[in-house]
Order: sequence, then C-alpha cells, then structure tokens
Amino acid sequence: MGLLERATRSLLLTELLSGLGLTLRYIMFKRTVTVNYPYEKGPLSPRFRGEHVLRRYPNGEERCIACKLCEAICPALAITIEAEPREDGSRRTTRYDIDMTKCIYCGYCQEACPVDAIVEGPNFEFATETHEELLYDKEKLLANGDRWEAEIAKNLGLDAPYR
Amino acid sequence: MASFWTGYAWPTVITAIEVIAVVVPLLLAIAYLTYAERKVLAFSQLRKGPNVVGPFGLLQPFADGLKLLVKETIVPSGANRVVFVIAPLITFTLALVAWAVIPFDPGVVIANINVGILYLFAISSLGVYGIILAGWASNSRYAFLGALRSAAQMVSYEVAIGFVLVTVLLCAGSLNLTEIVEAQRHIWFAIPLLPMFVIFFISALAETGRAPFDLPEGETEIVAGYFVEYSSMTFALFYLGEYGNMILMSAMTSVLFLGGWLAPFGVAPFTWVPGWLWFMLKIAFVLFCFLWVRATFPRFRYDQLMRLGWKVFLPFSLFWLVLTAGVLTAAGWLPAR
Repeated sequence: MGLLERATRSLLLTELLSGLGLTLRYIMFKRTVTVNYPYEKGPLSPRFRGEHVLRRYPNGEERCIACKLCEAICPALAITIEAEPREDGSRRTTRYDIDMTKCIYCGYCQEACPVDAIVEGPNFEFATETHEELLYDKEKLLANGDRWEAEIAKNLGLDAPYR
Repeated sequence: MASFWTGYAWPTVITAIEVIAVVVPLLLAIAYLTYAERKVLAFSQLRKGPNVVGPFGLLQPFADGLKLLVKETIVPSGANRVVFVIAPLITFTLALVAWAVIPFDPGVVIANINVGILYLFAISSLGVYGIILAGWASNSRYAFLGALRSAAQMVSYEVAIGFVLVTVLLCAGSLNLTEIVEAQRHIWFAIPLLPMFVIFFISALAETGRAPFDLPEGETEIVAGYFVEYSSMTFALFYLGEYGNMILMSAMTSVLFLGGWLAPFGVAPFTWVPGWLWFMLKIAFVLFCFLWVRATFPRFRYDQLMRLGWKVFLPFSLFWLVLTAGVLTAAGWLPAR
C-alpha cells in the first residue's frame, strides 16, 4: 500500500468507520444470547454433579449399607459416617454427614457407591445464608433424595448405556 | 419597595423557575443516559442489559440513585476534608451552569448573552478544577495520577475545540448561540465544515473523558482515576457531572453543527415537529454516537492521545481555520456585520 493511499485511508477514518459499522450491526440486528437466568435455565447433562442426595428403594428402605467406601474415597474428607447394626440385624448408618463447604463435587462418592445410594443430583441452587446450613446430615440428605428421586432415576437411566 | 420587587425579586423568581425547568429534565436525562448507556453496550455485546427493575429495567436509574444516596460517605483520613467535599460540587455545578446559554427553541434560553460561545468555553475549561481538586484532596496516588492525566488531556483538546469554535463563528458571524443556529437555516455547518465537525466530536469525547479517551479513569490501570476515593453522594455528583457534560457536549454539537432546533428540511412533514423536539432528537443522536464509539473502540495509550491532540488535531484545525477564512474572504461569503 502506497504512502498516499495509507494517508488517505487514515485521513478518511475508513478503518474506524468500518469498526463502527460492525458494532452498529450488532446493536441493531443481532439477537441477544443471554439466558435470563432465574427465569430461564440452560440445559444440564444427565451426568451433572450437583447437590448430594441419599436415595431409597421403591419400598422406602434406605439404600445405604454403611460400607463407608464414599467416606474412604472422598478426597476432601467431607463425608463422616458412623454405623451400627439395626434391631433387625441389617447394617445401617446412624450418622451420615457431608460438609458441603468441603466437598469439591468430584463425584467419586457416587462412583464408589455399590448400591447407588449417594448420588449427586441435578440441583445446583442450594446456596444458603449461613455456613451451618451447608453441613448436611442424614436426615437432610434423605429428604433431598425423596425430593429429587424422579429426576435422578431418569438421569441414571439416560447415563446407564455409557457405564 | 416597588422597584425592589419589579427590579430584583420578580426577575429572580422568574429565573429560578426557568432554571428548575431546565435542570429537572436535565437530571432525568442524565439518569436515563446511564440506562441508555448500559442498554446500548449490552446490545452491542449481545446481552440484555438491565431488565429486572420495572418494565424493561426502566426504573434501574432510580434504584442506582437510591443506593448511592443511602450509602455512607467515606472521607479518607489523609484527605483534605473541605476540598474533598467541594470538588464534586464544583464539577456538578459547572456541568449544570453551562446550560444557561443553550437555546432550546427561538427565544427559549435562560440567558441569551452575546458571548455565548466564550461563556461555554470558559465553563468547560473550569471543569478541570473539580477534577484537579478531587485528585489532590484525595491524597491518593491513583486519584492524583488520574487528575493529572485528566488535566493534561482537557487542556490539549480544548485547544483543538477552540479552533473549531472559531471556524464556526467565522461562518456564523456571531458569538451568540441563537444567531449561530439561525445562520444554519440554509445549510447545517456539519456539511461544509465536515472535517471540523469530526474533530469537534472526537475532541468532545476527549474533553468529557469518554472512551476511547477515558484514560483519566482507566479502570484497568488506575482503578477509577480521580474519583477512586469517592463514595456515596460525592461519587454520584461526579457521575452526574460527567454525564451532564456529555449531554452538554452533545447539545453544543447540535447547536454548532447540526442546526440546533432547525428541522433538517424546511418543508411540511419536518416542520410539524416542534423545534425543541428536533433539538432533543439531535442531542439523543449525538449521545448515541458517544455510546456507540464506546462500544467499538479500545482505550488509547497516553502518548497516542497526546500525539493525536497536539500533532494531528491542532495543526489540522489551524489549517482548516485558515482555509475557511480564506475561502470566505475570497468568495465574499463573510457574514455581514
């Protein structure tokens, strides 16, 4: 490009004007791509690792057999389990706590679980105002399981062919 | 007593009413300019912008204003308290005071003085005091750096603006803003003086510290520049002043180059729209250009800014001033006085 052409271009601001034209096209004609979050939500994979739940069998019996594999594999040491035989002789937990503020949502606990009792569900909106509310106990986890069972069962079914 | 009433008190009351009639819509315009800015930037980035407070987020400016109003004003312990508080007041007041000479329609102007342009030029030059005082009184490095940058920038670009103004008043033959608008009845000055119009617009961006010349407050380098240490209402006053100056510069652009309240063509459908509405539309258009430019260009480097001001705009506007004067004299188009 010759000196004259370059000088003319910079004097006529051609590059600046073409840049302005581009933004004008964006302002006027392009549709916004924002997902209007609290009202609209993006799609989630069936493998999404959200809030933990403890599941039950269809007859209402809790799945967890207190094998403590999840506690052993948890890299963040977020899970605490205490167990005793129940009156009917079956082995059950007396305490199952997850410190959600320690948890790194790696999903090892659900991979380790032999009975699909502990699962990370599709819920990611469980922010709280205090730290204490995020120290989940067995009662809270079982309640979560009852609340999200339908979706979790569906997600597990969708992911089953790949396991 | 009667002469006191007719001579002083009554004109004061009238003037006060006129001032309120200008300032209240102006403050509303500033509020909605912040909203428009956020919307335009959002659309240029394919976002939605504020859309939660009220329909289409239209109440957002008031939510922001209320938030700033109820927050605590923090005065840094090392700051010079008096100057620290006075600085935003100066900036804000100067942004409002300049509106005294802006004509909204034939005869609709608070002070129809004969040296309107000089007055505007003087007021916009004074604006640098608020900034320097703020930077100095904050006793903070970033604030001081921002203030220095801002002062140097405003001084540099005022020179170019000065020459542009002289060119315009050569063509108009008057310093009175109303007469300058009337001189554009046949053709807007933006067309014969297009290069000066462009220089004036770019200098206006620099003068108001808008992108791409927002170095005085360059967020990524010096946090917020001269008003880093400000909070709450003092911060809001700076903000209002900055946006007020933007609107003022747009109004000046409209008056000097876009024919003020004049319709684009003096024929039927255009003349039905009242003059003040044309003026508002022109201001809105120029303001949109401010935001549009902000959405498009990255920030200048400081040496580039100085180079543009002193080595490009100053010689070019001087050259064009001489050229305009020469053409006017040679062709005998100098406005008769």
